[in-house]
Order: sequence, then C-alpha cells, then structure tokens
Amino acid sequence: MNALSATGTENALELRGMSKRFGALAALSDIELVVKPGERRAVLGSNGAGKTTLFNCITGDFPPSEGSIRLFGEDVTAFPAQERIRRGLRRTYQISLLFTGLSVIDNIYVACLGVSRGRFSFLRARRNDALVASAEELTQVVNLWDARDTPVSSLSYGQQRQLEIAMALAGAPRFILFDEPAAGLSPTERRELVDILTGLPGHMGYIIIEHDMDVALRVSEYVTMMHNGRIFKEGKPAEIEDDPEVQALYLGGDTA
Amino acid sequence: MALADTSAQARARRADDRVWIERITAPYWVIGVILLIIPAFASDFVMFQIFGWTFILGMIATSLMFLGGYGGMVSLAQMTFAGVAGYMVAIFGDSAIDTISMGWPWFIAIPLALIIAAIFATVIGWLAVRTVGIYTIMITLAIAAAFFYFTRQNYDIFNGFQGFNSVFPPRLFGVDWRQPMAFYYLTLFWAAVTYFSVLYLSRAPFGLALQGVRDNPRRMAALGFNVTAHRVAAYAFSAIPAGIGGILLTWQSGQISPGTVGIQPAIDILIIAVVGGLGHPVGAFIGAFLYVILKTFAVDFLIAVGLSGDRFQLLIGLGFLLVVLWSEDGLLGLWSKLRASRHRDPLTGEVRE
Repeated sequence: MNALSATGTENALELRGMSKRFGALAALSDIELVVKPGERRAVLGSNGAGKTTLFNCITGDFPPSEGSIRLFGEDVTAFPAQERIRRGLRRTYQISLLFTGLSVIDNIYVACLGVSRGRFSFLRARRNDALVASAEELTQVVNLWDARDTPVSSLSYGQQRQLEIAMALAGAPRFILFDEPAAGLSPTERRELVDILTGLPGHMGYIIIEHDMDVALRVSEYVTMMHNGRIFKEGKPAEIEDDPEVQALYLGGDTA
Repeated sequence: MALADTSAQARARRADDRVWIERITAPYWVIGVILLIIPAFASDFVMFQIFGWTFILGMIATSLMFLGGYGGMVSLAQMTFAGVAGYMVAIFGDSAIDTISMGWPWFIAIPLALIIAAIFATVIGWLAVRTVGIYTIMITLAIAAAFFYFTRQNYDIFNGFQGFNSVFPPRLFGVDWRQPMAFYYLTLFWAAVTYFSVLYLSRAPFGLALQGVRDNPRRMAALGFNVTAHRVAAYAFSAIPAGIGGILLTWQSGQISPGTVGIQPAIDILIIAVVGGLGHPVGAFIGAFLYVILKTFAVDFLIAVGLSGDRFQLLIGLGFLLVVLWSEDGLLGLWSKLRASRHRDPLTGEVRE
C-alpha cells in the first residue's frame, strides 16, 4: 500500500478495459470509466444494461473477468470488498440489505463500526462514544431521528431506503455508489432524497444508478449511458436529455 | 432470529442513569437469591449432580448458543473444545496416570488448557466458516468424531481408551472444591460469569457485528467488516466458556476419557441448546436443566410406569421433538408465544403492550 498514491489528486475511480462474464453471458464488456474526486455521475440504462453488475465489480462483491479497477490511484482489482470500503468507497443496495433484527440506530452504529478500529471490541460503547455520536448524527441527516429505536422490520419502505443511505454515509466516505435509491419512493420522499444527495459535502463524489430521469439529472453533473453491458454515451445532463438515441432507447426503441 | 429486546436495550443504553444495582430487574433478584440459598436445603446429590451438571452443560451449550444464535453457525464441535480443555488439564496437571500427567500447578495448567482449547477452536473455525448451514454441521461433526477416535487410539498423550482418572480441582483457599456445596458454588459462579459475559458481548461491537454477519454477510463486507475473521474470532471466543465447562466436567466426574468427547455428548449439547432456545443465553441453561432432569429421572419414571429403564433416551427424544414441533426457538420461543397470546386482544388479535 503506497500512501502517496492516495493523495486526492488522482481520479476517484478509474476502470480500464473491465469486463464481466457469467459463463457465455457478457454482462459487462470493455468498460472504460473515469470519475474525478468530488464528481457526481449518473449511470442510466435499461434493465439488464449491466449497471448493478458494474457496481458489484467496483465494490468487489465479485471480481471482474478482465481489466483493472483503481480507487484514488490505487489498484484495488485484487482487493476483497472490506479493503476497498476501508479506502473510502461505500455503496447502497437496490434491494435493501439491512439488519432486520436490529433497530435503526444499531444498523447505523454497525455501519460506523465497520470502518473503525473497534470492530472486534469486546467492550460496549459508552454513551459519549464518538461512534454512537456519529451514528446519531447520521439518523438526523436522513430524517430518521424519530424512528431511531424502531426495529428495521417495522420501518416503511421509504424509511428503509433512507436507512440504506445513512449506512453508506457512515465513517467519512470519499466515494459512494447509490444503486437506485429512488426506486419505490413517493414524490415527497424523492424530493427529500434529492435534498440529501445535493446536500452532501462537495468532496464526496458518487455514482448514482437511477431510472427516474428527473432525479438522476438533478443530482448529477455528468451522465453515462449504458446498454447491453457497454458504455455507449457520456455527456452533461442537458446533452443526454436531448440526444435522439437516448430518447429512442428510453422510449423502448433499440437503435444502439 | 430477531432480537426482540434490541430497541428497548438501545433506549436503556442512552437514557438509563441509575446505579447498576437499581437496574437489576425483579426476575434476576428472585432467581439469583434462589440459586444462592439452594444449598441450605438441597441434598448433596441435588447440588452436585443436578445443579452442578446443569451449570456445566449450560456453559457448554451457551458456547453453542453464542455461535448459533448470534453468529448463525451451528457447530457440533463445542463438546470437543470442552474436551480439549479437560484433557489438557489432566495432561498438564495431576491425574492417576503419572507417566503422562506433568503435575504442573493449577495456575499454569488451567490457563494453558484454555489457551490450547481456543487455538484448537480457531483452527476448526477457520476450516468451518468456509461452509454454511448443513455443511458446517457436517464438518464440525467430522471433527468431533475424529477427535473421539484420536483420543481413543492415541496412548502417548491421551492415554487411549482409559483416559485419565483422579483429575481433581486444586485445594484453593483450603476448600475441597469437589465437596458438593463448594462445587455447587464453583459451577454457579462460572455459569453466571459465562451467562453475563455472553449477554454483555451481544451488545458490544464484536457481538453486534457478529449478528450483522449472521443476518447479512454481504452487507457486512460492504461496510468494511472482514466476515471470515469475525466468524473465526467467534469460534475462538466460544472455546472459552466451553473450555471452562469442560474442565469443571472433568473435575465433577474426576476423570476424562474418549466417552466424554464422543458423538453422543456432542449431539446432546446441540439438543440442549436447541430445546432451550438459541435466542438468549438463558435458553442454554433451561435446556441443560431439562436435559439433566430427564437424564437423571427418566429411568426411574419409566420403571415406575412399568417400562424398561433402558428407554430413557426415548423420553428425551420425544421431549425434543415436542418442543421443536411447537416452537421455532425452543422453550424460550414457547414462553414468548405464551406471553404474546396472553396479551392478545381476543377480538382483534392484536398484541397489546
């Protein structure tokens, strides 16, 4: 591990020639993607375009078949998921992966714990513990303060999505992957989500997968279009919105 | 396996400013006082055999409850960890087999025995955590069987079929700890230490993360946890209560032999933990008490109703079957079901607080 390689002047994320095959199926082919620190990027594409597979490769849920992944200048292609997380990467899941037996605050506390040194501690947290404090702060950021002692299993769907986000924000992240955070949310909840995302500190870059163009284009500075496991267009939100090919694709045509 | 009391405890963690002694709830006072005064009226047999044995088996079953209930890993090797500690105390300490036993003082032999048990459990854990569900059970069962046959065939270290006899507790503070009342308090003390440590640990970072690993290993990795390391550490920790139980078990019967670490005792520990309930450490002790009562009195009961006393395993098996059929979480599950139904509104079916 070279400490100099992660000074922040490097790209937050750099994918070079990345492919992922499941047997004969090419889920991702030759992905080239560069995201600068603090940049907010949307990834759009129809179902099966490979968006979530892209996330899974970046977080290390499974290794890519080919190509390399660099995080803040460091080659993490061979690193297990937890090592990438400790370098400042976070993600949310499309299908909520929460700890349903635990309360809201405990879910966030476990999330904060994951990147702290106290992971293996046999001693309970004190009330003035820094981790407990940051967990409580995060419940407020995602408007779950009133529900902090509620077991996750009795939260509404929208609240569970908010909790997903809080868990991704735990422990000073530098780069976050949001996998369809707005899916299934009401219009009010969507507005809250946009507020949370646009309110994140400027150094925190992210990639967001989103079907809702309204949300996606409002929270991102740059858009990457994917189709059939390939990147087929990149540009500013306005350019993408006006692009005839994109429109055709989103209206169900298959001109790519 | 939801932790029903989690949010209540979370609230207590923040809002409770009372002194620790005020926080002890009524059931703890009652049970604590009863357990402390039992020697005043119980016979030697009840203290030594019934309660002594209950506490010991309860501790070993607690180590399984910890792995299974909090970690989602069902291990059949807990009796083996207990046996390793028991054997090591016999080998490093005193026994009638003075050609093997080294006769080291207790303050070296006992910690060394526990350390070796923990190292053994770490290696076993490292093998077992690569598997899930039924395969974990198979691997740990295979290890239990292998250890049983190894101790039976190895005469240089484990003294083969005979094992070690005359393994007794040290005479500390001038007390003969094998005398029934002293042994009762000795086992009660360590059972209480085990119970409260596991309960405490369940809410400490290590325990919380272990429950996270149980519920959602993939998410835990995505939060920066090393899932494999956490599971292996849980195995290592589980060897401590199991090991203490194993040493006490060796002292109680005054001997350790391959029979102590056989397949049957390994399965008995699983039965105790599951019948009691894996959701809370108290289940292990309830299960152990029921098991000891059945094992001790089933023979008399069967003979009294005119059946052969050899069939006592049948009674235990039937009891096991009934509990598992009626409840997902052993006797603890039955208890919470009962409480829920008492609080249920007969008209709407809703559960009141």
